Amino acid sequence: MKRRAVLGSLLLVPVAWPCLAAAESDVQAAIRAAAGDVEPREGGIVLSLPARAENGAQVPVTVLVDSPQTAELHVQAITLIATRNPTPGVATFRLSPALARAELQTRVRLAEDQTLIAIARMSDGTVRRAAAEARLVVGGCV
Amino acid sequence: MSLNTPRIRIPRSARAGEVIEIRTLIEHPMETGIRIDGTRPPPRDMLDRLVVRMNGAPILEAELKNGTAANPYHVFFVRMDRTSEFEFVWSDERGRSVRAVHRVNVG
Repeated sequence: MKRRAVLGSLLLVPVAWPCLAAAESDVQAAIRAAAGDVEPREGGIVLSLPARAENGAQVPVTVLVDSPQTAELHVQAITLIATRNPTPGVATFRLSPALARAELQTRVRLAEDQTLIAIARMSDGTVRRAAAEARLVVGGCV
Repeated sequence: MSLNTPRIRIPRSARAGEVIEIRTLIEHPMETGIRIDGTRPPPRDMLDRLVVRMNGAPILEAELKNGTAANPYHVFFVRMDRTSEFEFVWSDERGRSVRAVHRVNVG
């Protein structure tokens, strides 16, 4: 009887419908598409998110790559990947050395708490990777 | 339906060698056409590209995917060596586009 009551109360607890996250293989494919055959290295790139984002539909993101932005060494492309969205793609940016620094700010849409990944492809062929955890008050579940 | 007029914050003038900040925002639903809660989604309606050119040469090309939030907003930084013309073009998956041009005087 007691057990039944407990089970009953559990059923009444409203459960947020789980978001349909992309398959791990889709995330890996997105990383491969951004990095090519090069193994990404950590470091030299910072991905910043608010400690706790008010609204998953509009999460401010900053990517900053440590790069002199000269013809010899600059960032060629930055890709943002959401690991727990229905589709992992956020955006890919191709940069020219005319950008004074390899910094971009944008706003992303995140369906639930998750890891956001930034991949930067450098002109010397190396690839850098950074990850940041997004904690949402309200998911941008779309 | 044409695309909305973008809002661009860019200085009118700069000193030689100065780094300027450029902020862009375009009102757009960025409707992915995906709903996971079982409701019927509105048809997909996405901007998929932003190209920024400085004196004709591309300096930033963005490919926008589902994870870009509605009303796409982008901030970036450019070093000014001479008076330059910036062109901004957003385009959507249906081939429509909107263009804006700004001049920054250096002197």
